[in-house]
Amino acid sequence: MTSFRIDGGTLIDRHDVRRFTFNGEVLSGFGGDTVASSLLANGKQLVGRSFKYHRPRGILTAGAAEPNALLTIGRDGRRDPNTRATMAELFDGLEARSQNCWPNVNFDIGAANGLLGPLLGAGFYYKTFMWPAAFWEKVYEPLIRKAAGLGRASYDPDPGYYEKCWAHCDLLVIGAGPAGLAAALTAGRAGARVIIADEGAQLGGGLIAEGSSIGSKPADAVLGDLVGELHALPNVEIKKRTTVFAAYDDQVFGAVERVQKHLPEHEINPHRAMERLWRIVARQVVLATGAEERPIVFGGNDRPGVMMAGAMRTYLNAYGVAPGKRVALFANNSQAYQTALDLEARGIEVAAIIDPRTCPNIDYDGKARLIAGAMVRDTSGRRAIKSITVRHDDGSDEVIAVDALGVSGGYSPIVHLACHRGGKPVWSDAHVGFMPPENTDGMTSCGAVAGKTGIAACFADGGTAAVKALAELGVMSEAASLPGVEQAEEKADPIQPIWRVASSKGKAFVDYQNDVAASDIMLAMREGYDHVELAKRYTTNGMATDQGKTSNVNAIGILAENKGVSPGEIGTTTFRPFYTPVSFGALVGASKGMDFQPVRKSPLHGWAARNGAKFVETGPWYRSSWFPKDGETFWRDSVDREVNTVRTKVGICDVSTLGKIEIFGADAAEYLNRVYCNAFLKLPVGKARYGIMLREDGFVYDDGTTSCLGENHYFMTTTTALAAGVLTHLEFCAQVLWPELDVRMASATDQWAQMAIAGPKSRDVLSKIIDDDISNEAFPFLAAREVSMFGGRLKGRLFRISFSGELAYEIAVPAGYGESVADAIMAVGEEFGIAPYGTEALGVMRIEKGHVTHAEINGTVTPADLGMGKMVSVNKDDFIGRVMNLREGLVDPSRPSLVGIMPKSPSDKFATGSHILNPGDDVSLANDQGYVTSMCHSPTLGHAIGLALVKNGPSRVGEEVVIWNGLAGTTVTGILCNPAFVDPENEKLHA
Amino acid sequence: MSSLVKCPHCGLRPREEFTIRGEVATPRPSAGADEATWFDHVYLRDNPRGEHREYWHHSSGCRRWLVLTRNTLTHETSDVVDASTLKTEGAQ
Repeated sequence: MTSFRIDGGTLIDRHDVRRFTFNGEVLSGFGGDTVASSLLANGKQLVGRSFKYHRPRGILTAGAAEPNALLTIGRDGRRDPNTRATMAELFDGLEARSQNCWPNVNFDIGAANGLLGPLLGAGFYYKTFMWPAAFWEKVYEPLIRKAAGLGRASYDPDPGYYEKCWAHCDLLVIGAGPAGLAAALTAGRAGARVIIADEGAQLGGGLIAEGSSIGSKPADAVLGDLVGELHALPNVEIKKRTTVFAAYDDQVFGAVERVQKHLPEHEINPHRAMERLWRIVARQVVLATGAEERPIVFGGNDRPGVMMAGAMRTYLNAYGVAPGKRVALFANNSQAYQTALDLEARGIEVAAIIDPRTCPNIDYDGKARLIAGAMVRDTSGRRAIKSITVRHDDGSDEVIAVDALGVSGGYSPIVHLACHRGGKPVWSDAHVGFMPPENTDGMTSCGAVAGKTGIAACFADGGTAAVKALAELGVMSEAASLPGVEQAEEKADPIQPIWRVASSKGKAFVDYQNDVAASDIMLAMREGYDHVELAKRYTTNGMATDQGKTSNVNAIGILAENKGVSPGEIGTTTFRPFYTPVSFGALVGASKGMDFQPVRKSPLHGWAARNGAKFVETGPWYRSSWFPKDGETFWRDSVDREVNTVRTKVGICDVSTLGKIEIFGADAAEYLNRVYCNAFLKLPVGKARYGIMLREDGFVYDDGTTSCLGENHYFMTTTTALAAGVLTHLEFCAQVLWPELDVRMASATDQWAQMAIAGPKSRDVLSKIIDDDISNEAFPFLAAREVSMFGGRLKGRLFRISFSGELAYEIAVPAGYGESVADAIMAVGEEFGIAPYGTEALGVMRIEKGHVTHAEINGTVTPADLGMGKMVSVNKDDFIGRVMNLREGLVDPSRPSLVGIMPKSPSDKFATGSHILNPGDDVSLANDQGYVTSMCHSPTLGHAIGLALVKNGPSRVGEEVVIWNGLAGTTVTGILCNPAFVDPENEKLHA
Repeated sequence: MSSLVKCPHCGLRPREEFTIRGEVATPRPSAGADEATWFDHVYLRDNPRGEHREYWHHSSGCRRWLVLTRNTLTHETSDVVDASTLKTEGAQ
């Protein structure tokens, strides 16, 4: 294999040899190389296959816009597909693979697609797979899925750590080429807080490719001085390998910093982020993103060996890599001639410079033959370029043997970030490109993105831009200058736009990555898709991972040329984030695995765990669901025992997850009276009351108890699920609806450990630790007050409320005391046979008692539907939901309402969600009578029981119905009954 | 949409700290208002191109409800006030 590595290369360190593999072959490069530069140095021109036709493709650029050289890099969890070889830094042990080819990149079966070219033209998605319709699912879809996409993501988890950060600065400089460096220096010297970000591994941008000297100094020495001074300024933060990918509202910029992606695995610090997602808040921004060199659309312009002229110069000067042995250039502007001079200076033969302009006004004094007024119309070569065919201005063709062709069709300013907030770029005939929009608040463009050419002009412009930006902040500054450098005089040397070589032979590609040829765009126009946005979707031009960085302007030019209008009239498609692809890892940040959402543990979590609880996730909470004892192998063994224990002896349950809200204020009672549908104005001190909250539309929102603990002091509990929602709702009512009321509230959910002590022996147990008299007379049902515990050592809040239907209490103690109080209750309760019970047993007992939860309060029920219509106050003037609750449809007595349901045969079972039908009726929506909202096995009754919302439910108690389960295809005969299966007279509650 | 919101109590804070409830609808009708007025208040919302007043809750901050006036076209936020001022100052 021939080595293309030659002398020089400002970025590489020849003492640092790095080995890597490409499609399994071991190759070597140097420290400072990119994967692309080392592949070129090893003579690898063919690196991948194109998406649609599987054509051989090589490296086109030396930067972020690369459409062709997409490789899969790394392995297992560290495998990154679709990585641009031009941006990936080479490290020792790197593994790179070509994509979209099988069995290999040199011989790819898929290349047969090239023969199907006529079928795969513009809009083929809409034409080819249309009929027969039956083919969609079985044939077309699997086929398209297999062909879609480029690289494949890994199924292994990424072991790397990712993080997200905020940064703030006075001036954000985006791009560290000559303009950006000048801006950062100017602002840095003026004392402003500066962040300068560049996507490259090294600062310098266009300066890096500069082989010659700047003024009297070598270019790399000038760059070294500039970067050195920036590093020394403490108020300047330099972010290398950082792509600013989005401009958001309020001057917030998204950026991704590739912190450790360039390191071999053994050098990766696991405690450091692989990538960091930044949100940068900048008071002012200098946009110094440069310009992208445009390809020219001519026949065979995608053959490996065809490369941007500027990229050739970068590989030559920065990496010491020759693009070939005998090179031709095809360019419509004068900057490309610098590439010819640099090639010749390194002894590389430049076979010809083909310039479509008839008399280019240039200072080229090299040896190459200049062919003016000519165009390249074709190339040849199987896997790499062997020759080009030049069409002379007299119409004759000439074949020139070359092994590389440098192309330059002009420069497209990288305006993306100036347009993300909706600005439209402005066409400039002078620059033959779209310029940044003029009114970009807080953003100043400079350098090549603003149409400047040449190091000196860009540097000067950068300094001026920073002075202007800082002046907006009231900071005076002086533009940095490059000592000893004269700004070259502007010369009349207009670039001649060339959107497509009309005499092209063979496919002339516009979008390399999506295989869109000039002929596709013209076909789209003929078929009526000539609007720029339609043409994009119809041809897929600009829709690949490179988002058309090298293709969009050419596509617009072709549309314009064919319609006979200016490209400005065609306009661009919409620029949206992201500028370049951002890894999912960076976007996810730390939110993965157990850190996907915070874990919220009850203050009694440790107590529950010590007692063997099985936990269940409910939102962020981990709740104890049951407490298996030795010998219990099935969850229901434990749940049935827990229920029986509570019904006959006593149990203890953690209810700390219920929402708890402290409410204070002189108008607190009036306020509660307005947020609950039932009366609260006269709730006495020391009493709890069950309350129902409606939404303003008249449906039930949440339920719970609120206790009056003192004058103007209330303690509200909510359901676990709606704890946050209820607080937000209460705040809205207090702050927005009735700011005149004197009421304040705060969440106290995490401040209290709360446990339910339920069962006929509960009073006996609590009497052992509570100092106060809690007899039925002294502390009756719905009593609620602060009590003294453990001989005055602790104060708790005791509530005589019951969800289970048994004699029961809830005791709340400060969270930190929770576990020791629970332990104490277990200890004193031992003689009464106490056992912990979980949310499953809690759920069984509330169904047995006919209590509702959010299975019934599902957003479509009124209090009347739940059998609590009488609670809704008719005396109160106003409360949330009062008027809408009276709507015709909400007071219809035939609405589905709460009723109990059980199987006619005790051995039958049924499922939640089953629908209720009248016996003999067909299964139809019209015949639907309602559905089962909750069900369980009742250990107390010994058979399945359920709650259901059934039309006219309460008046149909005793009726036989069909319980239909459409999913399982089963029917069971059921009987409607009172929803309070246990103690319907509430004798236990008041015992 | 705004990336940063100037909370009148906390200063400039990231959008992620806020929860948006939706348009500031008609004022809550009096208890005696007819059903049509209530229907408007509960259900009818505008979707304007241009200035829009919305309830934003500083849910991960001071927990005050705010009224934010923003332009749905330009994303410019022209005003942020504490929502209680709507009623106390009769600004509706």
